[in-house]
Amino acid sequence: MSGRLEVMKTYKLYINGAFPRTESGRSYEITSNKGEFLANACLASRKDLRDAVVAARAAQPGWAKATAFNRGQIMYRIAEMLEGRSDQFAQEISLQTGASAKESLQEVSDAVDLLVWYAGWSDKLPSLAGSTNPVTGPFYNFTIPEALGVVGAIASIDKPLLGFVAAVAPILVSGNTAVALASSSAPLSAISFAEVVATSDLPNGVLNILSGQQSELAPWFASHMDIDGLDISGLPSDQHGSIKEAGVENLKRISAFTKNNEPGRILAFMEAKTIWHPIGN
Amino acid sequence: MSFYGLVDGSDASLRNYLKQLPGVDQVGAEARAAMLATRSIKTTSKAWAIDTAIAMVDLTTLEGADTPGKVQALCAKAFRPDPTDSSVPHVGAVCVYNDMVGIARQHLDAIGAHELPVAAVSTAFPSGRASMAVKLQDTKDAIDAGAAEIDMVIDRGAFLSGRLIEVFQEIVAIREVCGDQAHLKVILETGELVTLDNVRKASYLAMLAGAHFIKTSTGKVAPAATAPVVLVMLEAVRDFYDLTKVRIGVKPAGGIRTTKDAIKQLVLVNETAGPEWLNPSLFRIGASALLNDLLMQRMKMSDGYYASPNYVTID
Repeated sequence: MSGRLEVMKTYKLYINGAFPRTESGRSYEITSNKGEFLANACLASRKDLRDAVVAARAAQPGWAKATAFNRGQIMYRIAEMLEGRSDQFAQEISLQTGASAKESLQEVSDAVDLLVWYAGWSDKLPSLAGSTNPVTGPFYNFTIPEALGVVGAIASIDKPLLGFVAAVAPILVSGNTAVALASSSAPLSAISFAEVVATSDLPNGVLNILSGQQSELAPWFASHMDIDGLDISGLPSDQHGSIKEAGVENLKRISAFTKNNEPGRILAFMEAKTIWHPIGN
Repeated sequence: MSFYGLVDGSDASLRNYLKQLPGVDQVGAEARAAMLATRSIKTTSKAWAIDTAIAMVDLTTLEGADTPGKVQALCAKAFRPDPTDSSVPHVGAVCVYNDMVGIARQHLDAIGAHELPVAAVSTAFPSGRASMAVKLQDTKDAIDAGAAEIDMVIDRGAFLSGRLIEVFQEIVAIREVCGDQAHLKVILETGELVTLDNVRKASYLAMLAGAHFIKTSTGKVAPAATAPVVLVMLEAVRDFYDLTKVRIGVKPAGGIRTTKDAIKQLVLVNETAGPEWLNPSLFRIGASALLNDLLMQRMKMSDGYYASPNYVTID
């Protein structure tokens, strides 16, 4: 019996709603935890990062202008799409990390739940972080949280899917656009996640996904003047100092988190806008 | 009258001259332009190219909504593109509508930019649809107001219906008005000329009639300055120089928005017309958004990190 020729997936980047290869033409091998070859992934360069930031910047005003309800719905839709492909994602996680089938399925379920959890926050942020402030004068004074702009994320290395979702979901839900670097050693889940996003009504450019080396790209994330915030939860803590230093030039908001589900992850990448309004009679 | 000794100004001689021009190999032109666009220009060459491109920009605002304030801001930017860095060269010229020429000239003089010329779009820009008297007066007005460069449009309707001598005489007449006071750039509006053969014909027609520059487009019609069109025009000025020993300038305008686009143009110039044309007196780029991208690339090269549009002016 003649065997069927296996069709291997090409893992590419996700920039502005398209799946380009890296402009550098480089790739690197992704191996299983036992050292077996799994796939070739793009080794993104700083120029891919630059292109992704341009796309994210262009998409940002539109995404922030969408209603909170709409953003929540789209995030929920991402969760739906992910849920439907649980088995594929679980298998990919097992191959990369060596986790058991049960553990991998659990990670996918956790990622879906986390997406739903963050989706729910979209219309509650003004109540959580906004306020009416007492002022001396015939004015209402409101403080309203608003999206920061373009936010970078360097995803955690250990949990290839859950770590990635925990990095990008809180950035997106408030109206930021994101440029995310997948786990360097296990990027396949994040790249497959791009396929989920591409079928979830998320506008092009709102989420851009790169695969590559942290050590090469993190300094470019930090120094890029058009990135307003940066989640460095996935970077080893001994590198946090130098990254924060590199981000000083444009007063970049740089944070690292340990918990996956905390509203602080959303609020870290939001601005406060204060409005004065006459009370009248 | 003799025009470079090539035509005598009669319909028949112009027709015969343009007829004997070889046709353009369209596939070949596209392939060559595409090949030249793949050249990689890096580090010191790139730094040189960026500064050269900045000095070649005709910083342009051609909108119905232009105000004196906007034109003055544009002039300030033209003279000192990056207010934080005095090593950035000033641009080639400021290009405005006729009624803004006086305001631009005045403001440039006020800020000490006496050497920066003002270019005016003229002859019923952008359509070129007006009587000859209006076109002549339009040009005269601009020169009186201080324009040192006139960007005129040709009558594409006349060109396409074969009334070549009309187009020719029009350019000759406008050139006479310009005299020694203003440089004449002739806009061919290549997006409406349909074929590259027509582009070549129109280029020669404009050069014979006395243009100092031939310019691709008004910026109001797409496609504008595509690479094959610029290639054909650069070949035309090169061949014209071989015939007459006179160097005519080229100005692509419209659609050149990024540093990459601009550098591709410079490569085309160097490889087609030659390095003599890599000079603001013979090559200009008509643009508005391009300057900001050039400045951001320049910042990236000097600072070592990527720049943000928040740090350049919105115009």
